[in-house]
Amino acid sequence: MSASLHIDRVEVAYGGVKVLKGVSLDVAPGEFVALLGSSGCGKTTLLRSISGFVPVSGGAIRVDGSDVTAVPPERRDMAMVFQSYALWPHMTAAQNIGYGLKLRRMARADIARRVDEILAMLKLDGLGERMVGQLSGGQRQRVALGRALAVNPRILLLDEPLSNLDARIREDVRHEIKALQKSLGITAIHVTHDREEAMVMADRIVILDAGTIAQQGPPEEIYNHPASPFVAAFLGAANAIRLVAKAEQGATHIEAGPFNGPARVRGAAALSGPVIAHFRSEAAELVEAAYVHDDDLVLRGTVRQVSYPGGFWRYAVAVGDRQFMVDDDRRREPGAAVGIRLPPDAIHLYPDRAS
Amino acid sequence: MSARKSVLLWLPRAAALLLFAWFIFGPLSNLLIWSVAERWFFPNRLPSQWGFRWWEYVFRPQGQAMQSLWLSIWIAVLTTVVCLVLSIPAGLALARGRLPWRTLLLLLFLLPQAFPNLPIYISIAQIFYTLNLNGTVLGVVLVHASHGLVYSVWITTAAFAAVDPELENAARNIGATPTRTFLNISLPLAAPGIMASAIFVFLESLDEFTGSYFVGAPEVRTLPLLLYTAAAGGSIQVASISALILLVPSIAFMFVVERFLKADVLAKVGR
Repeated sequence: MSASLHIDRVEVAYGGVKVLKGVSLDVAPGEFVALLGSSGCGKTTLLRSISGFVPVSGGAIRVDGSDVTAVPPERRDMAMVFQSYALWPHMTAAQNIGYGLKLRRMARADIARRVDEILAMLKLDGLGERMVGQLSGGQRQRVALGRALAVNPRILLLDEPLSNLDARIREDVRHEIKALQKSLGITAIHVTHDREEAMVMADRIVILDAGTIAQQGPPEEIYNHPASPFVAAFLGAANAIRLVAKAEQGATHIEAGPFNGPARVRGAAALSGPVIAHFRSEAAELVEAAYVHDDDLVLRGTVRQVSYPGGFWRYAVAVGDRQFMVDDDRRREPGAAVGIRLPPDAIHLYPDRAS
Repeated sequence: MSARKSVLLWLPRAAALLLFAWFIFGPLSNLLIWSVAERWFFPNRLPSQWGFRWWEYVFRPQGQAMQSLWLSIWIAVLTTVVCLVLSIPAGLALARGRLPWRTLLLLLFLLPQAFPNLPIYISIAQIFYTLNLNGTVLGVVLVHASHGLVYSVWITTAAFAAVDPELENAARNIGATPTRTFLNISLPLAAPGIMASAIFVFLESLDEFTGSYFVGAPEVRTLPLLLYTAAAGGSIQVASISALILLVPSIAFMFVVERFLKADVLAKVGR
């Protein structure tokens, strides 16, 4: 029953403010796509325009090739798991799950059988007759998921369904939803601002920024090859430093500067001129100030602050006017001159347009 | 705390409470006594002759009191129906729709309350006279409804506003048409608030005097009108008994309203 979804240059405006600026996205049947971005990037708006709650001011949405752009929500055959769960408080868990089937004029006995099936699948056995208010947060979340899955929708929409759960339960539910989605082979669109959640659950991650797609790809690809400083920063490579580069024999050669030694970085495209380098704190290593390496980039700075989170030392290292957090096993004193060693594949280089 | 201090604390409170209770229950007990007083003349503190003669008089089959009571209830039911039929769609539109003159519309329903009752009812009576509505049940129902719509529209709007729109979205999303969504989700969830507004309208209509007097009297004689006539005619016993009859539904429904009108609905009144 799973369907393909084509989003073709979709635009959405709220009272003159463009929230989506021509987003195009193709989702294959059975694929799990996560829309990832910070609040206000348009990810929820995109999900709501797919489900039909937000009117589209331009572009088209197609499901299995047929245009649903003007179709009202109830005839799109999609099912959404809402962030607030939106369970009906005047109905029992079983009535919530069975409501969509009742609307489809299924026989009473068949509805009961299907609801029992869903309750068993979601490990909610025996809770069918409970009112929604008598269920725990995790149970409500599963009832909301069950209500969506009961109708065998063509597309499953997940609007931050895990954000109201305890951190411990959330880890398990991630894997449960992913496993269910795979076993049912259902097409799923998942909105989240949680990077790890998106990485763990999705086949493909779409990163949205200010109403446009900043980058899309499989989790490991966007993590290792962020296409822009925004994506790099969003995916955890938030440390940035300005450097000067020169293209040499298909590689980028970083020139020695006041705070860094020379280095050679093999990237997709060789860069010249001012660049901005992004890196993750986890990829950095603390070395002696005099350390020299042919390929690795070494930033030179001084230890400003020392803390001990447990198992290792955490240093705030000042490099020029910037400060980076680096972990290391060895104890060093504040004021010590140190180097921050960055292997070439840990550096994400982008042309520096600001300077 | 010393004993003297605690006396200083509870004594004024107890006195205030007693005074308050006397204000409420004083007139009520006076009504009760009058309803069973067969002879009670001036210097006596209490009736010289007690009995249920006047209760029998009021409740005898040919008595007007029962007739008036049923008429009052009938008018109250009709008024409630008229108000609900108008205020359910109006409340839904005011709560959900982005109507441009929303606040103005809400204030419009307050207008009948904003002006002194008497001149309004006199002009209504004049208009109804030309429409042949004076002295008809319909005329009285319309007057009561103009009054009751304030409660029903404001409370119903609040009741619908208290329903999370996401709950309606969830129904649409799973395949319910807007009509089904309204019938299965919005209406049941707003029902307690709507119920409370209906009870308010019913009680207001049951007690209403001024409008009924100008538009209905003498043909349509509701219980409050009968009470007035009896009291004016010196029959304090009949007036007391009518008043006590009127009290019963008010007290009964107050308990019901208290259960139905939840804080989340009250918080949305006038929003």
